[in-house]
Amino acid sequence: MTESTKKRLVDTKMVPLPSTSIVPERDLGKRPVLETRHLGIEFGGLKAVEDFNIAVGPTEICGLIGPNGAGKTTVFNLLTKVYQPTTGTVLIDGKDTSGMTTEQANRMGIARTFQNIRLFGNMTVEDNVRIGLHNQIRYGTPAGIFRLPQYWKAEKKMHERSLELLSIFGMQDMADVKAGSLPYGAQRRLEIVRALATNPSLLLLDEPAAGMNPHETEELMQNIIKIRDQFQIAVMLIEHDMNLVMGICEGICVLNYGRIIAKGTPEEIQQNPVVIEAYLGSQKKEGEA
Amino acid sequence: MISLLSTLLNGLSLGSVYAIIALGYTMVYGIAKMLNFAHGDVIMIGAYISFSAIFYWGLHPILGFLLAMLVCTVLGIVIESLAYKPLRQATSLAVLITAIGMSYLLQNSAQLIWGANTKAFPKMFSLPDASLFGGAITISNNTISMLNDQLKISGNMLLTILACVIIMVSLVLFINKTKMGKAMRCVSEDKGAAELMGVNVNKTISMTFAIGSALAAVAGVLLCASYPSLQPTTGAMPGIKAFTAAVFGGIGSIPGAMVGGILLGVIEKLGQTYVSDQLGDAFAFAVLIIVLLVKPTGLLGKKVHEKV
Amino acid sequence: MKINKKLRSALITFAIVIIAFLLCEAGINKWFGDGFTLKFSEKGLLVPICAYIVLAVSLNLIVGISGELSLGHAGFMSIGAFSGVVVATWLERAVLTIDAAGKTVPFFSDTSILIISIIVAGVIAAAAGVVIGIPALRLRGDYLAIVLLAFGEIIRNVMNCVLVAVDGSRMQFALKINEGSAVAFGSGAQMVINGAQGTNNKVMSVAFNNERFIVGFALVLFTLFVVLNLINSRSGRAIMAIRDNRIAAESVGLNVMKYKMMAFVIGAALAGMAGCLYGLNMKTVTAVDFDYNMSIEILVIVVLGGIGSIRGSVIAAILLKVLPEKLRFLNDYRMLVYAVVLIVTMLATNSPILKNLWALLLRIKPVAAAAEKIAKLRDGVTGRFSRKTPKAEKAGETK
Repeated sequence: MTESTKKRLVDTKMVPLPSTSIVPERDLGKRPVLETRHLGIEFGGLKAVEDFNIAVGPTEICGLIGPNGAGKTTVFNLLTKVYQPTTGTVLIDGKDTSGMTTEQANRMGIARTFQNIRLFGNMTVEDNVRIGLHNQIRYGTPAGIFRLPQYWKAEKKMHERSLELLSIFGMQDMADVKAGSLPYGAQRRLEIVRALATNPSLLLLDEPAAGMNPHETEELMQNIIKIRDQFQIAVMLIEHDMNLVMGICEGICVLNYGRIIAKGTPEEIQQNPVVIEAYLGSQKKEGEA
Repeated sequence: MISLLSTLLNGLSLGSVYAIIALGYTMVYGIAKMLNFAHGDVIMIGAYISFSAIFYWGLHPILGFLLAMLVCTVLGIVIESLAYKPLRQATSLAVLITAIGMSYLLQNSAQLIWGANTKAFPKMFSLPDASLFGGAITISNNTISMLNDQLKISGNMLLTILACVIIMVSLVLFINKTKMGKAMRCVSEDKGAAELMGVNVNKTISMTFAIGSALAAVAGVLLCASYPSLQPTTGAMPGIKAFTAAVFGGIGSIPGAMVGGILLGVIEKLGQTYVSDQLGDAFAFAVLIIVLLVKPTGLLGKKVHEKV
Repeated sequence: MKINKKLRSALITFAIVIIAFLLCEAGINKWFGDGFTLKFSEKGLLVPICAYIVLAVSLNLIVGISGELSLGHAGFMSIGAFSGVVVATWLERAVLTIDAAGKTVPFFSDTSILIISIIVAGVIAAAAGVVIGIPALRLRGDYLAIVLLAFGEIIRNVMNCVLVAVDGSRMQFALKINEGSAVAFGSGAQMVINGAQGTNNKVMSVAFNNERFIVGFALVLFTLFVVLNLINSRSGRAIMAIRDNRIAAESVGLNVMKYKMMAFVIGAALAGMAGCLYGLNMKTVTAVDFDYNMSIEILVIVVLGGIGSIRGSVIAAILLKVLPEKLRFLNDYRMLVYAVVLIVTMLATNSPILKNLWALLLRIKPVAAAAEKIAKLRDGVTGRFSRKTPKAEKAGETK
């Protein structure tokens, strides 16, 4: 390691985190569940995300918004280690995740849904949730093949837990349906259930309301709050539906061209002239027209 | 030293055949995104056609050669339109199995037409006897002898390498300079977008198969000129080797097929000469595995990012 | 409810195999009189069919369940066959006992030797699976297929050079890597594996042996038990999840490499066991018997049976081994017919035009046709091999 990089890394830790200000009051003083420090990634010279600093409190609902192509999903991919960052680090519960894989990041407590739904379409709804429970309720492969007592015990537990999780969205009746044949909204909900099954401390939702009607979106908002309260976890979401974002998010982070242009409460964001110019302004005009 | 040079030349010549076959594989893969397992058998058909033309019908070798190219071109187009075209939307495994079926079909048709026994391929080309540079280089019996007869290059070897160079240059020119070539590059990048831009995708794919199959005919004749035994399974092993050569160089890349083919040929010959005459194939395949592990998309292959 | 459905599907598969076995036994032992007997040539097929069922099911585990295209399955079969012959010879020559008459005889009976050899061959093939899988499974799609094909060809090439001889009770091994090099084994040595000429199986008689068939059938049952139970367990779900959507599987904390290896190594071990059964049933098997053509033959069985459908693999393995025997009258045209049937089947089950034609001809309800269309659209988005062929759907097996 050269002298300069050493210095930079030390500096990284010293920089005060500007984002702490958006953590809700009840989470102040607690260790943030997620912290990023100068997170950035380049794709062939193009800086898709640059100097991304954020801290998310342990029970915060946080929104990540920005125009199309601003780098929101890239941030999620960085947090979940689908991409390895070119600069900076991600800390989950205060632990550095550098060099970890997606799978390890999930075991650290970070679970996500996808913008383009990624369910195990050929399997049943319940099996999708059971896969989410993979690291929570365990037994060995020989026990599975030779049907040892552990198998029956664990499978029973998995079945009960799956139905319990599905009941959050009232989906327990669909347990035997093939996941791929569910309607779009139900598929999005199932993805959330599957992510919850991995027992995360931070849930990342990538456009959870996409393709939902206003009624479904309303229901989703209540469910997100319910999940946060019931599981005592943090939720970070990317969403274009401003009603949803302004309605449930406690802190909002606005991204444009890969950089954070504003952070704050929904009220602050709505009044922030930079945001209005870059993002909300154009939407308002469209809305009025 | 001279034995090394001679081994390298042998490898270069074998590698040139692999390269010509690999071009067919790689073009079809690049454009139709399918592994055409029947390609090796088109080589065999090409060799049989030229064999029949020369041996049974008494045609001039050049005419036999051209006839083989013509028949294979038509065969390639027919195979594509009958067996592969209906499966454009199918899984790659379904297409692979169809190609395997086509390979069986060609092999067994050849066996019914020409019989299962090995045919001795007639001599196709010969160099005139001569003595050049005051006897430093002598040509006799279709073999060029140099360095006091220590280094011998057969005429076929020379022809194979020459053919390979000509094909490579013209193919690169064709792909980069002509309208059809541009269409091919388009289709290989994005079939849907190409179609929207007015490129006739079906015609482009047919054309690719036509060129690939014509090259297979060339490879078949060159292969049998160097290793003159012909039977219905003649094309299978070179086909598989060329396929690995195409992957080795980075499947979908034309220069990759060339580099991969030649390297594979040279490695195989080096392994046979200096390690084990029984394990030449194993040697070539082992190098392929090592290359893919170091560079998972082959020597000149492009890295594809999965979008999340 | 759901478990019952999966259980029922598994039970049907077992029932098919058991009924087929009982029918064969009836034919062998003339339970129903002389009218229902198996001919000599038919009996000869029984053990190879068992081997092929195991091969097809094990390859389906790799290709259908795990979603990794393998073109080198015959390599594991080869390893199993050759190691099985060596182990069996050693057991017969070196593990001895003295019988009542005071004569030195092998400690194990032929059937016990067969069973032990199969187990050892499975372990050796599994080890080979680990060695090959660790580097190869880092690759994906066509690159993985070609590397496995390359490994299969390397195994063929190396096996071609292996020399094993037995001198009394002593096994001798050598590798003949150059045509000219001479390998001397002493005057009393008998060749067990003679390079390109293959095995020289002196342990078991080539004639049909009902006990060997029963062992083969037990191996089929064992394979089905392992594979079907694996599919319906935690690990099996993980394997299928990785096949269906690798990124999603990673995001819920599945160790992709671990489960790919698991499917691959179990598949390799079962293929090795099948290879051992196959090899010990023959007087001679050569390394060339297990080249990529054999791998492709097994792959064709898997695809025709339906990717991911275990029952389909079993049925296709039986049909594709019995039919050629029944079509002997076609003589030279047999393979040609096979090729045409293969192409037409693939076109009929995969071409959208022909599929719609089928739907029309069979007068399927418009709703069902629409549902299929939607399913097709959706499947286009999911993984390469994740799609069930319509055959598998007809078989009604849930993956």
